[in-house]
Amino acid sequence: MSAAHAPINPDYVDAQGKPLWHPVHEPHLPEGHSTSLGFWMYLMSDCLIFAILFAVYAVIGGNYAAGPAPKDLFDLNLIAVNTAMLLFSSITYGFAMLAMMKGKIGQTLSWLAVTGLFGLAFLGIELYEFAHLIHLDATPQRSGFLSAFFFLVGTHGLHVTFGVIWLVTLMVQVKMKGLIPANRRRLMCLSMFWHFLDVIWIGVFTFVYLMGMLR
Amino acid sequence: MSGHNTHDAHLDDHHDDSGYHGSYRDYLIGFIASVVLTAIPFALVMTGVLPVQATAIIIVAFAAIQMVVHMVYFLHMNSKSEGGWNMLALIFTLIIVVIAVAGSIWVMWHLNTNMMPVHTMQGMG
Repeated sequence: MSAAHAPINPDYVDAQGKPLWHPVHEPHLPEGHSTSLGFWMYLMSDCLIFAILFAVYAVIGGNYAAGPAPKDLFDLNLIAVNTAMLLFSSITYGFAMLAMMKGKIGQTLSWLAVTGLFGLAFLGIELYEFAHLIHLDATPQRSGFLSAFFFLVGTHGLHVTFGVIWLVTLMVQVKMKGLIPANRRRLMCLSMFWHFLDVIWIGVFTFVYLMGMLR
Repeated sequence: MSGHNTHDAHLDDHHDDSGYHGSYRDYLIGFIASVVLTAIPFALVMTGVLPVQATAIIIVAFAAIQMVVHMVYFLHMNSKSEGGWNMLALIFTLIIVVIAVAGSIWVMWHLNTNMMPVHTMQGMG
């Protein structure tokens, strides 16, 4: 390092001329200007969690321990309905965002409510499926395949659950404070979260359900 | 370094603080494409008209395309959003994802085939 010869940025020098490791004055950036990039970073780290769960499923998803296989358990009609619920919720969230951009509070809230209902329908169907599997004695303890299945699909379902809680929270905030910049930013973050969950679901229905039925 | 870059990104980036760039057209295109890209794989698997191998290749390809469709039309990804940092983070993540998933499958497959004598495999499905 040739630090002695490098010109020193005056923002990084204190009153005595000593170099600093931080700027003297914090840069004045508008509130929330980096929120969407920061939230995107979070989604990418979340993506890595799902990548590991998919890898686990790929490795031990074929270990049935003489128990039930995907063909014995999965009902594709149910999964198709579930997929439709999530896809509908994605486009209705998009409509909520478009209404938000026009500043229409009532429309935004209605579309958010519809999105939440689709989210709840998805969760209801998923819980029904899980209950059905457990009733068939296909519990997570049954085999490596079922452990990996419940872990992967359950983690996605948990994300949707928290997404719905977040959505209701934002509806209350929009109702109370209107479409202020902070609320717009929050709605934008939830929209990224919601669409991201739909992307993960594409992986789930393709690799777990459809590929499972082909095995 | 990061302080300098965030400064630049701020200067030439969006003006509305939500940073949102969607349109009805985008959502409709994305939705219709998603419906088609979902319906075909389900139909192929449920009817079983094609051989298993061909069905598997098609549904994986359709899933990959649909993920790109969602990224572009729902998440509004492009190489310019956030001064390119979004795309950079995504590419980095995808590399890690491929290493983690493909590496796990590769290593564990070899572990299974090389380490287990045939006679202990009887109890396995």
